[in-house]
Amino acid sequence: MLKQKHYIALGAVTLATLLLLSLPPRATSRLKLVVGSWFLPLFGLAGTAQQLPVTAADAVLPRRELLRQLEALRRENDRLRAQALQAAAMARENDQLRALFGWQRQTPWKLKLANVVMRDPANWWHTVQIDLGTRDGVRENLPVLTTDGLVGRVSSVSYTHAQVVLISDPYCKVSAIVENPAHDMGIISPGGPLDNSFVELSYLSGNANLQAGQNVITSGLGGVFPKGIPIGQIVDARPVDFGLYTEARVKLAVGLGSLEQVWVLFP
Amino acid sequence: MNLLQTILILAAAFLAVFGEATLGGLRQWLSAQVDLLPALMVYAALNADIVTLSLLAVFGGLWFDALSANPPGVSILPLFAVGYVIWLQRELILRELPFAQLVLGAMASAVAPALSVLVLLTIGQQPLLGWGSLWQWLVMTGGGAVATPVVFVLFDWCNHALGYKPQTETSFRPDREIRRDKKLKYE
Repeated sequence: MLKQKHYIALGAVTLATLLLLSLPPRATSRLKLVVGSWFLPLFGLAGTAQQLPVTAADAVLPRRELLRQLEALRRENDRLRAQALQAAAMARENDQLRALFGWQRQTPWKLKLANVVMRDPANWWHTVQIDLGTRDGVRENLPVLTTDGLVGRVSSVSYTHAQVVLISDPYCKVSAIVENPAHDMGIISPGGPLDNSFVELSYLSGNANLQAGQNVITSGLGGVFPKGIPIGQIVDARPVDFGLYTEARVKLAVGLGSLEQVWVLFP
Repeated sequence: MNLLQTILILAAAFLAVFGEATLGGLRQWLSAQVDLLPALMVYAALNADIVTLSLLAVFGGLWFDALSANPPGVSILPLFAVGYVIWLQRELILRELPFAQLVLGAMASAVAPALSVLVLLTIGQQPLLGWGSLWQWLVMTGGGAVATPVVFVLFDWCNHALGYKPQTETSFRPDREIRRDKKLKYE
């Protein structure tokens, strides 16, 4: 009887696995959302626990320190206002020039702030979960960034949360251009499993003239990422496939290991 | 089947998966996250029945896959395979010895992720692998090895605190007590 029982268990678990692995993609994502939602109360608790020390620290912060911070923020606000005025003037000028040439007018970015609530527990994926979902208008393939540069794209969405596949993951391919006179174009692919601060820029032309420190930005091709989001800087380059292509190592502008808040970019 | 033990094991698996997803201290230091499910599987294989083992594999694997980018079901069979092999040999294993627990934890933590990656590659996924994965594998093995005796200690403590204590029989029988009085004693 005991022997039969463990054979039944073996068969049942194998069958369950095969059944789950053969589910269609739609059912798979639904199942993940349902099972993932079991963790929502714990996410809430963890969020509250993280806020507690911040609230406690705010309560005991001396008045002098608060005034100093207020003064610093006022100065920064003045500086940013001056920059915004300058940017507005430049935008007007840009619009006039675009109208002169008959180019399409650029639409301003609509951004929504999100907290990173979780990282992928598996070492072979680089994904994070954010606390925005379909209730906030988030949908698949929306770009995610910080003020420093590109982070990745939304890969799946539930009602309250969304999974973001980072730029260092194999499932986040980005078309990028190098800010040099030739505007060399390539594809961003993952660097390695250990260090997620570097990625590879591959499929560059064999005669690409790359220098360390040149900026790499999104090219706008592919329809997911708009043009001009900073990705990082060239570190070094080497020829591959007998000089047919060039591959470059890119130091990412964003520290993917210490993400806390990100912006979701709406079209 | 000890229901309390099953519930405790499943609750520990749930918390372990949540902790792996939210606590990033070790990941930032060692560039790898330690998986605690194989350590729990070793405990379950040595102390629980096959039903608990299967439930841990199914729910633990499903929870892990739900929070990661794995397709659901990838982690179930590797976890069960590890637990099942230990469960079959449980009578031969000195489960009380911390060294035995450490070795079993290391083996389980090494085999389970390797099998998971194998399953991923078999179903056509492209996980992020490279030479650095060897380091991550070593960290997972070492972390799992250290975690396994800790899991045993924690569960022993929980079972001691929450489980029924067996009634021990005493050799004292009141009808066979030799009665002495003071007079007799100091004569």
